[in-house]
Amino acid sequence: MFARLRGDFPILDERVGESPLSYLDSGATSQKPQCVIDTFTEYYAQRNAAVHRGAHTLAVRATDAFEGGRAAVAGLVGGAPEQVCWTKNATEALNIVALGIDRASHGFGGEAAKRFAIGEGDSIVVTEMEHHANLVPWQQLAASTGASLRWLPVTEAGELDLSELDSIVDETTKVLAFTHVSNVLGTVNPVDTLVARARAVGSAVVLDACQSVPHMPVDFVDLDVDFAAFSAHKALGPTGLGVLWGKPELLDALPPVLTGGSMITTVTMENTEFMPAPQRFEAGTQPVAEVAAFATAVGYLVEVGLENVYAHERELAEVLLDGIAEIPGIRVLGSAEQRIGTVAFDVEGVHAHDVGQYLDSQGVAVRVGHHCAQPLHRRFGVTASTRASTYLYNNVEDCQRFLAALAEVRPFFGVGEQAS
Amino acid sequence: MSTQMQQLYQQVILDHSRSRIGNSALLGENAAGPHGYSHQVNPTCGDEIELETELLEDGRIAVRWSGDGCSISMASASVLSELADDSTIEGMLKIEGQFHELMHSRGTMEADEEVLGDAAAFTGVSKFPARIKCALLSWVAFKDALNQAQTAREEKRHA
Repeated sequence: MFARLRGDFPILDERVGESPLSYLDSGATSQKPQCVIDTFTEYYAQRNAAVHRGAHTLAVRATDAFEGGRAAVAGLVGGAPEQVCWTKNATEALNIVALGIDRASHGFGGEAAKRFAIGEGDSIVVTEMEHHANLVPWQQLAASTGASLRWLPVTEAGELDLSELDSIVDETTKVLAFTHVSNVLGTVNPVDTLVARARAVGSAVVLDACQSVPHMPVDFVDLDVDFAAFSAHKALGPTGLGVLWGKPELLDALPPVLTGGSMITTVTMENTEFMPAPQRFEAGTQPVAEVAAFATAVGYLVEVGLENVYAHERELAEVLLDGIAEIPGIRVLGSAEQRIGTVAFDVEGVHAHDVGQYLDSQGVAVRVGHHCAQPLHRRFGVTASTRASTYLYNNVEDCQRFLAALAEVRPFFGVGEQAS
Repeated sequence: MSTQMQQLYQQVILDHSRSRIGNSALLGENAAGPHGYSHQVNPTCGDEIELETELLEDGRIAVRWSGDGCSISMASASVLSELADDSTIEGMLKIEGQFHELMHSRGTMEADEEVLGDAAAFTGVSKFPARIKCALLSWVAFKDALNQAQTAREEKRHA
């Protein structure tokens, strides 16, 4: 099945100089199947109109596409369509939660929002492996409210160090925000353990699901998280679209940050009543074509089956890890058993940028740098790393081409001759 | 190996990236002459450099730096230090101007080796838009630090 569906992704036929393309940067953004690309043309050619207004036929078609996208996403990650709020990206989704709590802490949102209010003496807990998008908004919230920011450290194996979990997440903790899967290490975190601790102390749980939803079966209802965020573009969908998922009673109580058109019930010169979720978080014109295209992407993922995607990528991860282990001078960051097909590593004596440049000359696309996770890199004693990340369209040949090119990196830069 | 890679990673660049000239402890306030300091970071990759300039009595500029980054950025700082050792302030400003122009030429400009010396080896870098910042990082720090050193000298004169 996976050999066949590679043909659905036209960009994989592109060539880089004289080499065929091996795209191993899906952790940054995924490539799109032809059906997703076609949805844009079809939407603008046959369905385009303003949603949630107008009595004409096109408006109905556009609204159906927009709301149908919500239903598709709810089918993928659990819950009702109303629990799916569209955002610009996952970063915005996480900011909506952090800033909503900030507003509640400053008296906005009335009685209903008081459940979110935090201040001095309270704590917010994150982890050392967060993407900056799930760290900086919480730093800002702590600074704005006087709450303290704590974090769960990361072990040498690239897993969360939970030995002090009970003292780090304690009765003062009001928010526990963590990533489901590390965007650098590929580690899958134990959501159940963390949620159980949060429940024991009455903390809200915010899950960054950017690297899990595209690569494995995820059900936010089963995981019992309060809020979750992910982006469309990492899951075969378009850029410019993210998802904020939440429990209905929490979404309806959280004060909105972006206000204006399309999210109100009654407006007077003095006052405004907001709509319930999801519309209360969707001020202004929405990315309707992107939603339509993402619905196609979700349909594609469901047809392939996320459990199959996960198994396929686990096989590729083994090929990558086994192959890297045979190349001298490469240190893989982390060694978690529970992981997806994302592998970050340091090449001794060669900077990640130079590694990436060399791999590109061989047609292999990887990510280099700090991957928006500077504290995690500091934890491993490096400022930058190289990351290979797989997706459903990759095959063993991609991994082998990557490994062959990687083996040439240190010789090219003239380091480690004695060792080899 | 593709020709583009050979153009990018000239032997001069690889050599400088391994044995780095000017990569030494900063003196800070212990510097004898008027001096300036600059810390530059490339936020997209985390590469960084701390660079110090000190105006010497013979009209040259002593350059000291420490940094962490790719071969292009480290080699560029090394070449810069080497050039400073053989040049005056005016000469370095001329080199800086030409190097800046060369880096933004997208490979269309011929490097003047008479002026640029080893820095001419970076011509190939201008064809890689993602790497131009790497080559310029130390030069941005140098210009900033030099400005400060010159201001410090003026203040000393008027004191």
